[in-house]
Amino acid sequence: MDKVLMKGNEAIGEAAVRAGCTNYFAYPITPQSEVAEYLSRRLPEVGGVFLQGESEIAVSYMIFGAAAGGARVFTTSSSPGISLMSEGISYIAAAQCPAVFVNIMRGGPGLGGILPSQADYLQATKGIGHGDMRLLVLAPASVQEAVEMIMKAFPLAEKYRNPVMILGDGLIGQMMEPVTFPDNLKTEPSDKNSWATSGMSTRGSDQRNLVKSLYLDPKKLNDNNLELKAKYDQMKREEIRFEAFHTTQGYKVLIVSYGTMSRVCRTAIEILNEYGFSVGMIRPKTLFPFPEEAVALAASKTGCEHVACIEMSMGQMVEDVERAVKGACPVSWFGKCGGEVPTPEEVVAYVKSLV
Amino acid sequence: MGKTFLRPEALSDVVTHYCPGCTHGVIHRLVAEVIDELGIRRNTVGIAPVGCAVLAYNYFTFDFQEASHGRAPAMATGLKRVRPDLVVFTYQGDGDLASIGMAEIIHAANRGEKFTTIFVNNAVYGMTGGQMAPTTLPNQRTTTSPLGRKVEEVGWPIKVAELLSALETPAYITRQSVIKPKYIIKARKAIKQAFEYQLEKRCFSFVELISTCPTNWGMTPVEAVQWADETMLPYYRLGDYKTPEKIKASPAAPVRRHDAK
Repeated sequence: MDKVLMKGNEAIGEAAVRAGCTNYFAYPITPQSEVAEYLSRRLPEVGGVFLQGESEIAVSYMIFGAAAGGARVFTTSSSPGISLMSEGISYIAAAQCPAVFVNIMRGGPGLGGILPSQADYLQATKGIGHGDMRLLVLAPASVQEAVEMIMKAFPLAEKYRNPVMILGDGLIGQMMEPVTFPDNLKTEPSDKNSWATSGMSTRGSDQRNLVKSLYLDPKKLNDNNLELKAKYDQMKREEIRFEAFHTTQGYKVLIVSYGTMSRVCRTAIEILNEYGFSVGMIRPKTLFPFPEEAVALAASKTGCEHVACIEMSMGQMVEDVERAVKGACPVSWFGKCGGEVPTPEEVVAYVKSLV
Repeated sequence: MGKTFLRPEALSDVVTHYCPGCTHGVIHRLVAEVIDELGIRRNTVGIAPVGCAVLAYNYFTFDFQEASHGRAPAMATGLKRVRPDLVVFTYQGDGDLASIGMAEIIHAANRGEKFTTIFVNNAVYGMTGGQMAPTTLPNQRTTTSPLGRKVEEVGWPIKVAELLSALETPAYITRQSVIKPKYIIKARKAIKQAFEYQLEKRCFSFVELISTCPTNWGMTPVEAVQWADETMLPYYRLGDYKTPEKIKASPAAPVRRHDAK
C-alpha cells in the first residue's frame, strides 16, 4: 500500500472514492471547499457524479434523493452549512436511508470564524435535526483516521439505514499528513431492493417502493420511532469505539478529549508524566454512541481524583462526561473557542491546577 | 368494438382525499395516462411535495419519494444524476415551488436537469387552509390577506413560467390549464411533450397548470372555474414560453437560440 502525503480535505474525498462511493453533492464553505475542488477533478475520472448545488439546503436534499434511489452518496460541509442541512438529515433518518455527512468544524456560532473548533458536538450528538433521530458520529484525530472512518462510514450507514457523520475540524481538513487507503476497507453496497426507489423494472418487481417520513396516524408514527430507537440502541451495543491512553498505570487526573484536541492532550500527558504527574486519557472515537462505560470505569479507577474534559468549545462533551462519571469524582472543562487551539503548556498548567 | 374508458394502470384504485371540484384529480389522471401511453410506469419515480398533493404517492402505482417543502427539484436532481435512466418528475403546488422552493426550481431549470416538473398553480396555499401564495392575484382575499392582496405592500403575483423562460439554458416551459375540457386536451399534450423531452434526454421540462381551489377560494367548483377563467387566465397567459429549440423573444430583443442537442 502506497503512503502519500495528502491534505486532509483531499484525502477525505479520495477515501470516499476508494470506499466505493462515487456520488458527491456539495456546496463550498471554508475550511472544506478543497474536498469539492478535488472531487470535481477526481469523480469524472471514475465515471462518478459530481455536482455543486446551489445551497447546503439543496445539497442535503440532493443527498436524500440519491440515497433514497439506492445510491451511495456523501457530502461535506462546515458548521453553518451543517445547520442548513439539519432538516434534510432529519428527513433522511426518518425515511431510513443511508448517507454520509462530513462536518469540518469551524468557529461559531453564527458566521463565526474559519479556524478550527469542536463547537458542534452537541449539534451532532444531540440535536442535528428535529424529532427522535440520531446520527452515528465518528471523530477522527488524524487524516489517516479520517480516511478509515469515512471508508467505514458507508457500510455503517447501510447497516443501520441511517445517516452517519464524520465530525472533523479545520485542522483535519487543512493539515497534510501521510495516508494510506486500505484496500480491505472498500465495500460492496448493500442490497436495497426492499426499500429504494430504484425503479420497478430495475428490481424486476411489480412491487413499488415508497420513501417517505410522513405518518399521520399516531400509532404508525410511534411505530416508526420505535424502529429508529431500536437502531440507536443497537448502535449503543455494537458501535462504541474509543482509545485509552496511559490508563494502565494509576493516574491522578483523567482527561477526556477527542479529535485533534486529543493530540495536544497526548503531548501534555507526556510532559506531565515526565514530571511524575500521572495523567491518563480516554479518547472517544464515536461521539454517538458515547463510550459511557469506558469513561465511567476510567474515572472510578483508584487514585483518580479529577476528570478534565478538554475541548475546543465552551463545554459540550463535558455534559456527556459528567453523565458518565455520575459523581465518582469532580468533572471540569477546559477549552478555547474561536479557532484558538490550547497549547500543550496550557493543558499542562490546567491539569496541574486541578489537584 | 367501442372505446373503453379505464383507470390508467399508473393510477391507484383508491379514493383520494382531494376536495370536490379539486383539479388535482384531473391532473393526476393526465399524468397517469401519459405515463401509461409512453409505457414508462415501471421506470418512473415521482417526487411528492408538501401541500395538498402530499399524499400523491398513494395515488400512483410506481416508485415515489416524499420531499420536504420546496425541495423536490433538489431531490429530483440527486436521483436523476445518479440514475439518469429513470424517468423522474416532481409534482408541486404554488407554495412549494414558488415560495420556499424558488431557489431549487430556478437552479434545477438553470442546470438543465433532465427531469419534469408539474406545477399546480391555484393562487393559494391549499393544505394549510388558504393562506396567500406568491401566485395569489391582486386584491384576492386569503386567510393571510383578509383585505385582499395589496400589491403595494407585498408585490405582484409571480409568473413562474415567464421567470424560468428568462434562463439561457434550453428547456421546455409551458403554461396550460385544466379548468375546461378544451384546455385539458392541450394540457395533456403538453404533459406528454414534457415527458417525451425527458425520454430524449433533451432538457428540463416544466408544465404550469392553472387550477382551481374551490374550498379555499370560498366558491363552488363551478364558480371557481369561472373565477379562474376570468381572473387567472388573463394574468397567467397560456402557451409555450420556451422550447428546447428557442426562447420566445420579446419585441425589443433579438431571438436567442441555444439549441439543446
